[in-house]
Amino acid sequence: MLIPFSWLSEYVDITLEPNELAHRLTMGGIEVGDVFTRSGWEGCVVGYVRATRPHPNADTLTLCEVDPGDGPPLEVVCGAPNVAAGQKICFARPGVTLMNMHNGRREELKPATIRGVVSEGMICSEAELEISDEHEGIIVLPDDAVVGAPLDEVLGDTFLELELTPNRGDCLSILGVAREIGAITGQPVRVPEIGYAESNTAVDTLAQVTIEDPDLCPRYTASVITGIKIGPSPQWLQERLNRAGLRPINNVVDVTNYVMLEFNQPLHAFDLDTVTDHHVVVRRAANGEEFTTLDGVSRKLSADNLLIADPAQAIGIGGVMGGANSEITAATTDMLLESATFHPLNNRRTSTDLNLRTEASLRFEKGLRPELAPIALRRATQLILETAGGQAAAGIIDVFPGGDIKVPAVPLTVARLRQVLGMDLDIARAETVLGSLGIATRRTGPDSLEADPPYWRSDIAIEEDLIEEVIRIIGYDEVPTTMLASPIPYHRPNPMTALKDALRDALSAAGMQETISYPLVSMEDLGRLSVNGEAEGDSTRLRVANPMSADQDIMRPTLTASILNTLAYNRGHNDGGFRLFELGSGFIPQSAGLPMEQETAAGVMSGPRYDANWLSSGESLDFFDLSGTLAAALNRVGITTSLLSDNQPLFHPGRCARILAGAGQSADVGVIGELHPDIREAFDLGSDPVVYFEVRLDDLLKTGTDGGRFQSLSRFPAANRDLALLVPTDVPAARVQGLIERVRLVERAELFDVYTGENVPEGTRSLAFRIRFRAPDRTLTTEDVNRAVNGLTRALEREAGATVRA
Amino acid sequence: MVSLLMPDAPSVESIDQLTRDALDELNAVSEANGAEQWRVTYLGRRGRLTGLLRSLPQLEPEQRREVGSRANQAKNALEEALARRAREIAQAALASQDALDVTLPGRPVVTGRLHPTTQIVREICNAFMAMGFSVVEGPEVELDLYNFEMLNIPAGHPARDMWNSLWIDYVNEEGQQPMLLRTHTSPMQARVMEAQDPPVRVIVPGKCYRYEATDATHEWHFYQIEGLAVAEGITFANLKGTLYEFARRVFGEDRQIRFRCDYFPFVEPGVDMSISNFVDPETGRRPINRDEDWIEIMGAGMVHPRVLEGVGYDPQRYTGFAFGMGPERIGMLKYGIDDIRHFYRNDVRFLRQF
Repeated sequence: MLIPFSWLSEYVDITLEPNELAHRLTMGGIEVGDVFTRSGWEGCVVGYVRATRPHPNADTLTLCEVDPGDGPPLEVVCGAPNVAAGQKICFARPGVTLMNMHNGRREELKPATIRGVVSEGMICSEAELEISDEHEGIIVLPDDAVVGAPLDEVLGDTFLELELTPNRGDCLSILGVAREIGAITGQPVRVPEIGYAESNTAVDTLAQVTIEDPDLCPRYTASVITGIKIGPSPQWLQERLNRAGLRPINNVVDVTNYVMLEFNQPLHAFDLDTVTDHHVVVRRAANGEEFTTLDGVSRKLSADNLLIADPAQAIGIGGVMGGANSEITAATTDMLLESATFHPLNNRRTSTDLNLRTEASLRFEKGLRPELAPIALRRATQLILETAGGQAAAGIIDVFPGGDIKVPAVPLTVARLRQVLGMDLDIARAETVLGSLGIATRRTGPDSLEADPPYWRSDIAIEEDLIEEVIRIIGYDEVPTTMLASPIPYHRPNPMTALKDALRDALSAAGMQETISYPLVSMEDLGRLSVNGEAEGDSTRLRVANPMSADQDIMRPTLTASILNTLAYNRGHNDGGFRLFELGSGFIPQSAGLPMEQETAAGVMSGPRYDANWLSSGESLDFFDLSGTLAAALNRVGITTSLLSDNQPLFHPGRCARILAGAGQSADVGVIGELHPDIREAFDLGSDPVVYFEVRLDDLLKTGTDGGRFQSLSRFPAANRDLALLVPTDVPAARVQGLIERVRLVERAELFDVYTGENVPEGTRSLAFRIRFRAPDRTLTTEDVNRAVNGLTRALEREAGATVRA
Repeated sequence: MVSLLMPDAPSVESIDQLTRDALDELNAVSEANGAEQWRVTYLGRRGRLTGLLRSLPQLEPEQRREVGSRANQAKNALEEALARRAREIAQAALASQDALDVTLPGRPVVTGRLHPTTQIVREICNAFMAMGFSVVEGPEVELDLYNFEMLNIPAGHPARDMWNSLWIDYVNEEGQQPMLLRTHTSPMQARVMEAQDPPVRVIVPGKCYRYEATDATHEWHFYQIEGLAVAEGITFANLKGTLYEFARRVFGEDRQIRFRCDYFPFVEPGVDMSISNFVDPETGRRPINRDEDWIEIMGAGMVHPRVLEGVGYDPQRYTGFAFGMGPERIGMLKYGIDDIRHFYRNDVRFLRQF
C-alpha cells in the first residue's frame, strides 16, 4: 500500500519528519517498509500552453507556444495527442537532465530541430520524468499550478510504502493511516464531510435489491444517479489515484477507486440500463454457471461463489469483480452504485478459486464492517455528482437483514491490564489512548470501561485486543522487564533428544562432520538406490502435492539418498576424504493419520583416509574405518554393538552387516556396509569405496545403555597369552572372539592378526588373539592359565572347528 | 709396569698450574671418550693430580697442610668440572643425533564438527533451559488442525498467507488435504498443552518448511525454536524479562532489545523483538545489516485466549507467552554469514568453519 503525503495530509497534519513518522508507525504495528520522496526534476517548471498550431511538416506533431513563467514564450514541438492550448504542463528547457525515451538513458536535453522546426524545450510525459512508464500523453497539471514554479513543488511528494499485517486491513486506506498517525501524534483527524443534494425521486422507485444469501452478503447498500456524463476525471482526482498507484479510467470508476482508497470500502458502479428490471439480486452461482468478468475472461463458477445478478443474468462476482455486461461505458447516463459487505472467508475462497485477487477482494477478505458500507456509498455518490454531474435519487437502498443486531461492546479492566501486561495502567490513561484511536469508551466502574469498536476496525473483539491497542500506542518500552516468578514445571526428560545430542557429540568427536539436508528427494534419487534402477511403488511414498521443484517431491523414506547427494556435492567441490553424518527422519506413510517419522542416524565415508601427509600412505577409507568409528561412537553413548554378516541390495555383496545391540546383542538396530558399486556409480561417487551406515534411533533407545553400572576392579594381576588359531574361512571372527570371551577367567581377547597364505591350509585363515586372563580374587598360576587355555581350545575346536596353529 | 717418574715436589703454584691446564684441556674435549681420557689423565689412579697427592708426604708438615688442602680443592673442582662437561657432551649428543623437526605436521587425527544449526539451536536451548524450560520435539509432518486451526488460524483466514505451505499429497474423505509440512514449530503449543496441565514451560526446536522462493535471507527449509510459558500470573513483563535474559546469554551483555507491535493470530498482544545491531569494536563497523540499528529476530506475544480455550485451559485464570525465532538468522548475526542457503547446501568448507 502506497501512501502519498499530499493526500494523507488532507486528513491529518503531519508533525513528524517522514523517517520519524515511519519509525513510530512501525513500532505501533503499521510496518513501513520504505519512505521515499519523489522529486529531483531540477530545472523543470510549470509551463502554460498559450496556443497550439499544427506542425507544417508532420501530422502527428503540434507546435506549442509555451509560457515558461520567467521570459518570453517559447516554441516547442510536442508529439502527444493530448496537448491543448490552456493547459498547465511540465516544461523542460534545454540543459535539463531527463530520461531519453529513445535509448532509455538519462541525458541532458539539447535543442533539437524536429522536422524543420526548432524546439526550444520539451513538454514531458510521466515516463520522461520517471514517474511511471506512461509515454502516450503529456502530464496535464491542475489549473491552479503556478506558471514558472519549480516542478518539484507541484509534483514532488513523499510516500510511505506499508507492509501491513493481515489484521490491519483498515490501513489499506489513507484515512486509516491518518487515524493511526493522529493517535501517535495527538493530531485531530479530519474525516471528509459527506453531503449532497438529492432529487425528488425516491431511490426505491428506480431500483431494488434482494439478498438471497445474507450469510454471504450481510449488507447491500446502493444509490442511483441519473443523467451523468462519463468522461475523464478532474486533474486532482487523476493525480491522487496516480500517486497511490492506480490508473485513472473515467470519472465514475475513478471515484469508486478513490473512495476505496479513502475509506477502505470497495464499491462498484453498474450501468443501470443493463440491469434487467433495475433489480439487483445477490445470490449464489449455480454450479457450472459461466460468467464473463470485466477483464473479458469467462469464468466457470460454483455454488460457493456469490454473484451479483439481476433477474435475468449475473452482472458481477460479489466483492471480487464486476461483469463486462454491466460496466460503465462512455454512453452510460444512469448508474447504480453498490457498496456492500461480503463474508470474508467466502470472498477469499472465491478469489482464490478463481485465481482473481483484486483490490476489492484484498479488502473484503480481511473483513469489513457493515457500518462502513453506507458511509462510503454516500461519499462516492457525492463525488460522482461533483465529477460526472447528474441527479442522485432520494435516499439509499439499504438491505441489511441483521441490522438490528448490535456489535457487542468490549470490556477493559485495570485488573486484566495488570494480569496480561504486568504493569499498572490507570483506566483514564487507557481511555485517552483509545480515544485518540477514535474508539468510543464508557466507564463501567472506577477501574473498568467498555469500548465500541469503530466502524473502520474489524480486529477488535476481545479485551486483549483493547489491551494491545493501549500498549502499542503507549509503547512496549514502558512495560517493566521482570523474570518469571511462576513455579518451574516438573522437568520431563526426553530420552530421544538426549540420545540424539549424545550421538551427535560422539560421532563428531570420532571424526565425522555433521550435515543437515532437505528431507525431500526425487523419484530418480530413490531409483538410484536400487540396483536395478527402479524405485519401489508409489504407494510406499509420501508425496508433496506442491513441491518446490520436481526433484524435491518425495519425503525421504530413509536418509540414504540425502547423504549420498551431500557426498556427491562435496566431491564436486572439495578434495580429500569425507566422513559425514546426519541425524534426521525418514518418513513412512501409514494407512491412517500422520506418517511415521523414523528418527535415524546415518553416516557415510569415502575418499583418502587422511589428507596427503608424510606419516601415512594414501589409503582409502573403507568398511573398517566406518565400523570402528561407529562402534566407538556408540560405545561413547553407552551402547555396545556387534555386527552380523548380511546381504542387502544397497551393498556390495559380502560387505554388509546388520548392527546388533542390546541384551545378548539380540536387537537389530541398523545396517552398515560398503555401497554396491552400481549404486556408487548411479550417484556419481567416484571409484573409491563408499561406506554407509544407518541406525534407527528408536530401536537403539529401546536397547538401553550399559553405562553407569559399577564393576569392581580386581586387585590381582592379569596373565596374557597369545593364541594363533586356524579357523575355517566361513566362521566370522566375532564368533571366535565371542567363544573365547565366554570362557571363565578370560577378561578380554584382542584380535591382533589375521593371516591367510603360506602355511595356512586352503579354506582356513589364521586369527591371532591376545587373551587376557584374570581372577577377581587371586593371582592366577601358570597352571590356572594353562587349564583355561586348554578348555578354551577344546571349546573352539568343538564349536568353530578352530585349531591352535603350531 | 712402567716405573713412575718422581715428579717435583708439589707446590700451591704447581697445583694451580695443573688445575688450569686440566680445565683448559677439558674445555677442548667434545666427546664422551675424550672426557674419559681426560679423567684418566688427571683423576685416574695414575693421573697427574693423583700423583701429586701421592707425593704430599715428601713435604714438610706445615707445607703439606697448605698444599694438601689446595690439592683437595683442585680435585673437587676437576671432578665437578668433569661432571658438568660430561652432561654437556651428553646433551649435545642427544641434540645432534635425536633432534626432530618439530615443525613437521603432526600425525593426523580427524575430528568432526557439529552443524552450525545444531550448535546455535543448542546454545539457544541451553539459555532457556537455564530458565526452567524443557525441550520438546514434535512431528515435521503435521495436521492442519495443529499447524493452523488450534493456533486461531481457521481455514480461509487471510493470515494463512503468512505461512505458505507445502501440502502432503493426500486427500481425506471430506476432500481436504489435512497434512502438511509444518510451517513453524508452534503446533507443539497445542500438543503440549493438550497433554498436560499448567504450568507449562517448553522450548521446541525443529525443522519447518514454507513454500517460498529462496534468496540470501529466505530458505524454504529452516529451523524454528518456539517457546511457550503458561501459568497463573505470567505477564508481558515476564516475556520481556525472559527474552532479555536470552539475548544477554546468546549475544552478550551489551545488547539491547526492543519490542514493537506485530501480528500473529495465536498471540494478543503480539510483538516483534529486535536486538541492537552489533558493532565490531576493532573496525567500528557493523559486519551485517550495516544500515540497521535494530535487527528483528523473533515474533512473540501473550498466548491468545482462544488458543488457551482450545486446549481446555481457562484463559481468565491462566496467561502465558509464546515466542518463535529462526536459529539460522541468529547464527547469521553471530557469525556474519551472508547467505542462509549455505546452511543446508552442506559444503564442508562452510561446515568446518564453525
